[in-house]
Amino acid sequence: MDDRPTMPQPAISAASARIPSVDIYAPQWRNFIFVAPFLFFFTTLLLVPLFWGMWLSFHKADTFSSGNFVGLGNYIRLFHDKVFLQSVWNTFYFVLLTVPSLALIGLFLALCLNRRTRSAAVLRTLFFSSSVLSVTIVTLIWRIVFIPNVGLLSTIYGWFGATAPAFISDPDLAMIGIAIATVWWCIGLPMMLFLSALQQIPQDIYEAAALDNANRWQTLRSITLPSIKRTFILVVIVQIVLQFQLFGQAWLMTRGGPNNLTKPIVLYIYDTAFRRWDLGMGAAASEILFVLILIAAMAQYLVTRNKADMT
Amino acid sequence: MTAHIEIRNVSKHFGAMTVLDDLSLSIEAREFIVFLGPSGCGKSTLLRMIAGLETVDSGEIAINNERIDHLPPGKRGIAMVFQSYALYPHMSVRDNMAFGLENIGMSRGVIDERINEAARILEMPHLLERKPGQLSGGQRQRVAIGRAIVKEPKAFLFDEPLSNLDAALRTRTRIELAQLHQRLQSTMIFVTHDQVEAMTLADRIVVMNNRKIEQIGSPMEIYERPATKFVAGFVGAPAMNFVEVTLDRSNGNATARFAGGMSVQTEIASGQLSDDEYTFGIRSEDVRIVPAGQGNADGMVDVLERLGERTLIYARLGNGQQIVGSDVGNSRVAVGHKVGLAFDGRKSHLFNKAGRAWHAAEV
Repeated sequence: MDDRPTMPQPAISAASARIPSVDIYAPQWRNFIFVAPFLFFFTTLLLVPLFWGMWLSFHKADTFSSGNFVGLGNYIRLFHDKVFLQSVWNTFYFVLLTVPSLALIGLFLALCLNRRTRSAAVLRTLFFSSSVLSVTIVTLIWRIVFIPNVGLLSTIYGWFGATAPAFISDPDLAMIGIAIATVWWCIGLPMMLFLSALQQIPQDIYEAAALDNANRWQTLRSITLPSIKRTFILVVIVQIVLQFQLFGQAWLMTRGGPNNLTKPIVLYIYDTAFRRWDLGMGAAASEILFVLILIAAMAQYLVTRNKADMT
Repeated sequence: MTAHIEIRNVSKHFGAMTVLDDLSLSIEAREFIVFLGPSGCGKSTLLRMIAGLETVDSGEIAINNERIDHLPPGKRGIAMVFQSYALYPHMSVRDNMAFGLENIGMSRGVIDERINEAARILEMPHLLERKPGQLSGGQRQRVAIGRAIVKEPKAFLFDEPLSNLDAALRTRTRIELAQLHQRLQSTMIFVTHDQVEAMTLADRIVVMNNRKIEQIGSPMEIYERPATKFVAGFVGAPAMNFVEVTLDRSNGNATARFAGGMSVQTEIASGQLSDDEYTFGIRSEDVRIVPAGQGNADGMVDVLERLGERTLIYARLGNGQQIVGSDVGNSRVAVGHKVGLAFDGRKSHLFNKAGRAWHAAEV
């Protein structure tokens, strides 16, 4: 007979095996409270309007009633509307004018101002300061610059006996005028994003490049630019999304004229939905803008993703 | 190609702070020289001045009798391996190595030849198409060395290149570096604060402290005949034992008298010593453990460190001073035992108040 005393250890280990260990990654449902306020506003202010807009775009609606279901009727009307097609082209033209300028000028400014001198710090602040102005002030400033005969541009051209280009009234130049004002207004953010990216490049890589006989151009091309590729993509995508939504500058500087040549999609939506009270068609135009922005941003992302395989 | 490097009266200031003060040094062609010193002693600054990454405030640096301190880094004919490796993250290993050669317009054929040769020497042909992010720390280290080799420089500069590696890899890379030096027969300058790296790699060590060179010498010279108290304390693990003593200079060789009546007969000639107050220094391996009462002093054992081939004994003397002695690997001494400490007078050192050292005459 085995009369050895019972070993206490197995009993303890068996008992401890029954106590579940704490899994710190297990879901804690009370943590939902922390995200609930965000989810509430996200749903009511973003998701509901998004789907409501889609629903509206299939209906003939005005402010008093949501009207009848018209299927793709609103969309078909849109694509037969020359003003809408003009506004789509205007928007693309504007994006084409502003986004490359913002990315390249922002990068150029960041490269020039990426140093620890007092003058660089002052200039950084100066270039960024335009970003904090409201669109009303920005357009006012640029109207003063562009205004014929008495504007800043006219005065400067006048010194040389020349006539200033009519950036607000000339059909060929009006959109370029709006683009100039927009680039001046928005340049701060790309510059700051590029500056922060430049400052994250380790200094010793530049030292290695100096020992590798790289001149300034080789260093820029082979070290600096590849190192900030991701930021470049980010800037381009953010600016595409922002500039597709052009409204304030066009409305305040040219009212979409001359001859609808500076009327962007958002202004067309505003006119259709809130001046002509054709909510269904306005909603349909909004959906098209939404899809256009999505495609442009995705295309930009997909094209550059494969090349941006930085480690 | 190899280089004789001459540094003459070089000084460096950062604002009001002096980092290097009137420093001169001659490095022979094909020599492996190590700058050793604590953090902030100026050793990395000196290396970066040779590389051209820091300006020289005064003095001059010459390679093969040609002044180079006014040349840009790329024109000095040197290559450097950084502590962080500084590989270009977006380039493959091959492109990392080719970049410096492409910049000077070398033909593709020669570049490929050199890269393949370097990859063969460093046993990394399979890594050539990878990017630095796909490599381990040791592999990045190899690439950084490879990038230096392909340039066939007059001199290699290493800025603490082993400090980011784990202990085993550090030992292996150290040996590989020594082999590489034998193979390439280039001048190599290596900066480290690790005395084991310095002792094992160097033909000569330059011990630096506080903006100045404390001593230049072969590893064994530095170890056995340190020029100053700083060198004696900095080189060697555990650090040298120091005891304040008064000297009896009545005989031919000085006798060091400890507080409490103990004394050690040194083999340092009295004639060259003028003061009475000195610091006596002796390394742990020159303090033998003997039965209590049979040595120069007795002490109580505080701590034992068993290193395998020997045991370090930390013993406290009657006056409270701790002395580290050395015993055989399987020493029977235990903590709390009273032991005798026998100092080897031939291996003892004396340091005056200014830190200058005296040793027994060389045999």
